[in-house]
Amino acid sequence: MTSTTITHRPVRRGRVAVHLGCLAALLVMLYPLAWLLATSLKPADEVIASLNLLPGHLEWSNYSTALEGVNDVSIWRLLGNSLLIAGGAVLGNVLSCSLAAYAFARLRFRFRGPLFAFMIATIMLPHHAVLIPQYIIFNQLGLVNTYWPLILPKFLATEAFFVFLIVQFMRGLPRELEEAARIDGCGPFRSFFQVVLPLTRPALITTAIFTFIWTWNDFFTQLIYLFDPDKFTLTLALRSFVDASSTSAFGPMFALSVIALLPIVLFFLAFQRFLVEGMASSGVKG
Amino acid sequence: MTTTAIPPEAKRAPAAAPRRRPRREREGAAWVFLSPWVLGAIVLTLLPMAVSLYLSFTDYDLFNPPKWVGLRNYTQMFTEDPRYWRSVVTTLTYVVIAVPLQLALALVVALALKGMKRGKAFYRSAFYAPSLLGASMSIALVWRAVFNDGGPVDNLLGTGGWVNKPGFALLAVALLTVWQFGAPMVIFLAGLQQIPAELYEAAAVDGAGKWRQFLSVTVPMLSPVLFFNLVLQTIQAFQVFTPAFAVSAGKGGPADSTLVYTMYLYDRGFVASHMGYASAMAWVLLLVIGIVTAVLFRTSRSWVFYASEGDR
Repeated sequence: MTSTTITHRPVRRGRVAVHLGCLAALLVMLYPLAWLLATSLKPADEVIASLNLLPGHLEWSNYSTALEGVNDVSIWRLLGNSLLIAGGAVLGNVLSCSLAAYAFARLRFRFRGPLFAFMIATIMLPHHAVLIPQYIIFNQLGLVNTYWPLILPKFLATEAFFVFLIVQFMRGLPRELEEAARIDGCGPFRSFFQVVLPLTRPALITTAIFTFIWTWNDFFTQLIYLFDPDKFTLTLALRSFVDASSTSAFGPMFALSVIALLPIVLFFLAFQRFLVEGMASSGVKG
Repeated sequence: MTTTAIPPEAKRAPAAAPRRRPRREREGAAWVFLSPWVLGAIVLTLLPMAVSLYLSFTDYDLFNPPKWVGLRNYTQMFTEDPRYWRSVVTTLTYVVIAVPLQLALALVVALALKGMKRGKAFYRSAFYAPSLLGASMSIALVWRAVFNDGGPVDNLLGTGGWVNKPGFALLAVALLTVWQFGAPMVIFLAGLQQIPAELYEAAAVDGAGKWRQFLSVTVPMLSPVLFFNLVLQTIQAFQVFTPAFAVSAGKGGPADSTLVYTMYLYDRGFVASHMGYASAMAWVLLLVIGIVTAVLFRTSRSWVFYASEGDR
């Protein structure tokens, strides 16, 4: 008994040290988030003057000011716009990327190798290389200042990262089920929708959540395509605070920031396993 | 090498099932599945790349037809535009600071979590969260305030706000990237967990200490994952936009010290309406990223170790 505790002591001490180190790192990492939450509840005169993280009293009016909206656009409108774009992107990515992935993972067609290599290469393609002509195309079509440029590309599987993610997952599925379905007379379409797609659910959920979060956070594309305050998203509304130099706007601005982060935090809490494992598999299985 | 397990010819010949489809029809099905992707690849990727190459040799403001100017955009960029060079230096400085710091932190944390029995899943999720939040405008605004005059960093260090100091503003932007080390950390951790325990046992039997095991087992076995993270994070870092935009209130200041490449591209193309010039900038960015990736791949031959080459 004593001998085992003695031999284990250094190990245990090392383990405690690792835990303490991790906790300390975690506190530093979470500080900006705590600061955001605290500042969103601080009265204007405390933001700069007080070093305390905790507000003297909770200023809930910051949130009611934020809920009144920005530039005469109601917050529900901004929220709805953000949701519409993110929802459209999710639908588009899940549908188009899983279709393409099935072809790459399971079907035989000419130039499959080179096309697959090209698809992988586009993962690394900087967005800016195609940005201006895409803008010109949408401008010619009269679609600038609408949501189409933000949603339509997702229905054309332009985010190759997700095609790759789903291909990797589908390659791991047993072939026997599809073989059986084929012997029963299922064509590739029925076999895709009824056999493969249900099995691919984890990868589709990962795709959906990542698409939602990335689209929700996206700033650059929204910045160049949307002009009317009516069509603004939460991100663009927040942007109008960027130039604000007076700290009096701090409370409502950070209240709005908290509101804008809320969906991501909720998704993260609900689906963290999918997110962490989706990220892990992107680098390792390849 | 693709691994299509059953060659269709061999499979079909003996049974001649009544329902089997001719090869051409099945190939047709593949193209139906691919059609959205093919359309996207042509209309939204290949065609735009070609168009932007053409535009880079023109003067174009979106309203009047493009006017051919030959190499003038490029010569102007390289020889007459100090702000262009400023943005190049700023971006390279940012990449060189942010990427190694971020990956080092990711690796250290992954190594700390690897042997952990309790709490691993909790820490992994908690450290990963900033990677999801960090790209948002909300966090970028927090960063601007935290590093501003009178913000927490000023109060703590008494250095004044970083965002108003040319030498420090870019560091604040880089720290936002470092803060998001969770994504590469999760990938490192998954890589570490795939290293077979037998290798460590064998090394221990041969008398290798912890440090020796790290150098001789962990480093080579993890090198493909390290390489993957390095390439991905470098490519992403070259395209940083939102944090630089927010920290400098959309201006790239102070004294252009946070004017990263994509911000200057946005300024030239979408603010000043010099679409030809911006296209030339985009193509140079594409080439530079291509060259950097190629160099990384080339050097990888000497330091990346693939244990199972050819088993795929």
